[in-house]
Amino acid sequence: MEIPVIAIQALIILAIFGITLLIATYCTWAERRIAGFLQDRPGPNRVGPWGLGQPLADAVKLFFKEEFIPANANKWLFIAGPSLAMLTALMSSAVVPFGNTLVLEDIGPIRLQGIEVNIGMLYIFGVVSLGVYGIMIGGWASNNKFSLLGAIRAASQNISYEIALGLSLIAVLMMSGTLSLREIALQQAEPLFGISGMNWNIFYQPLGFIIFLTCAFAETNRTPFDLPESEAELVGGYHTEYGSMKLGLYLFAEYVNIIVVSAVMSTLYFGGFNFPFQNEIGALLSNDPRIAHNIITILGTVVFFLKIFAFIFFFMWVRWTLPRFRYDQLLNLGWKGLIPLAIINIVLTGGFILLSEHFGW
Amino acid sequence: MTGSLFYFLTFLTLFAALGVVFSKNPVYSVLFLILTFFSLSGHYILLNAQFVAAVNIIVYAGAIMVLFLFVIMFLNLNMDTEQAQKKSVLTKVAGAISGGLLLVIMIAVLKDAEVGSYDPENFDSQIGLVENLGHLLFTKYLLPFELASVLFLVAMVGAVMLGKKETQQRHF
Repeated sequence: MEIPVIAIQALIILAIFGITLLIATYCTWAERRIAGFLQDRPGPNRVGPWGLGQPLADAVKLFFKEEFIPANANKWLFIAGPSLAMLTALMSSAVVPFGNTLVLEDIGPIRLQGIEVNIGMLYIFGVVSLGVYGIMIGGWASNNKFSLLGAIRAASQNISYEIALGLSLIAVLMMSGTLSLREIALQQAEPLFGISGMNWNIFYQPLGFIIFLTCAFAETNRTPFDLPESEAELVGGYHTEYGSMKLGLYLFAEYVNIIVVSAVMSTLYFGGFNFPFQNEIGALLSNDPRIAHNIITILGTVVFFLKIFAFIFFFMWVRWTLPRFRYDQLLNLGWKGLIPLAIINIVLTGGFILLSEHFGW
Repeated sequence: MTGSLFYFLTFLTLFAALGVVFSKNPVYSVLFLILTFFSLSGHYILLNAQFVAAVNIIVYAGAIMVLFLFVIMFLNLNMDTEQAQKKSVLTKVAGAISGGLLLVIMIAVLKDAEVGSYDPENFDSQIGLVENLGHLLFTKYLLPFELASVLFLVAMVGAVMLGKKETQQRHF
């Protein structure tokens, strides 16, 4: 009985791994197509229909380029940098609940999630805080002043925004009373104003969501906070000396981070795998509660991916719309703007929880 | 399974801790220290103390060591400057004596130490989970917990005061 469960779990983990990488690959294509759309030009459209073969062509190009290590670079750490960046990026998707349970007759419920831990939120937070090591180590090992400056910028930026990120998470934690991402998602399945699957945290935590979103941009080093690589001042920032697939891994890790952050935002604030009228739709499609549950789970996973894609589009939209911040503006926003706001958000949330308990809302 | 994991983690912890001391390059030392924290978190997970494991990684590996690495990268201590200052014989002798004394003290303490035992009948394996830990912190250990938070507040105010610009001092 033990082995099939483990085999299914391994399959799910492999599927999550593969899907994450596939989406990341097509993010590189979508980024350029969206940039083209926003700037009124076609973007890559020659390789295959609508340019869909472009990521494959890029991958072949990056793999076959010469592996180059600068003469005075620290060889081991130079290789370790991009590997660590990719490793930490891929680690965080392990605890994201991609769907509810599939109930099979002879095996029992299967969770569409890599691993279910009761500290999921802390796990995500911990892995995100490790993400900066890849950039720091790579930037330092390159033995280049521009790279070092990029690495130092990445370090102070990530540390500053981690505080506000953690504080905005605490408000969600106070409401849900659990650290498990899966339970947070399940709590949002309750009906709101008679619509099932609409009890999303965004209606209770709008300020917290805006803080989390801003910090997510800073943590993934995306424009308008892409100061570690700002090409106008630092050549290429931390990846100035990198070429071939090592550069590819850095760029790829950024997209994987965006996917994971989008998934976490969907789970925490936008209902995860829940969608409006899910109970009604399930009851409409099948009379057997088990089959109805499975249909809703599959639809929910599809909806969850749609939410992720919407956030990814938002990330790209912002990148090609807003200019880059200045570095002191970035730090002032983090320390003097977001952290006090996040603390106010915690106090407000605590006050509302007390009031609602007192009046029995 | 758990036993072999424990020995693997212990080996990794000791290896990384020795690496911290023996590395010539301070950046390697910091990276070994991060590895040490990771393997310590592995020990916590073996003890079913998931919260402590996660917080250990977030606070030490995620925040404090990033700042360590930050400072060491800025100082850029490399082999040339390290080897330039030869250590005198007196320093080596003094180091050996103080290190040896510390070892003697540790052996003396560990010799008479009572190794805490547990009762397998009544042992609560869920004691390290978040709910139980929070419950203990806010009931039995409320006073030390609150005192620690005051201590942190004082340290934070002190750090802000030290980092504050003096009046009429502008750098840019």
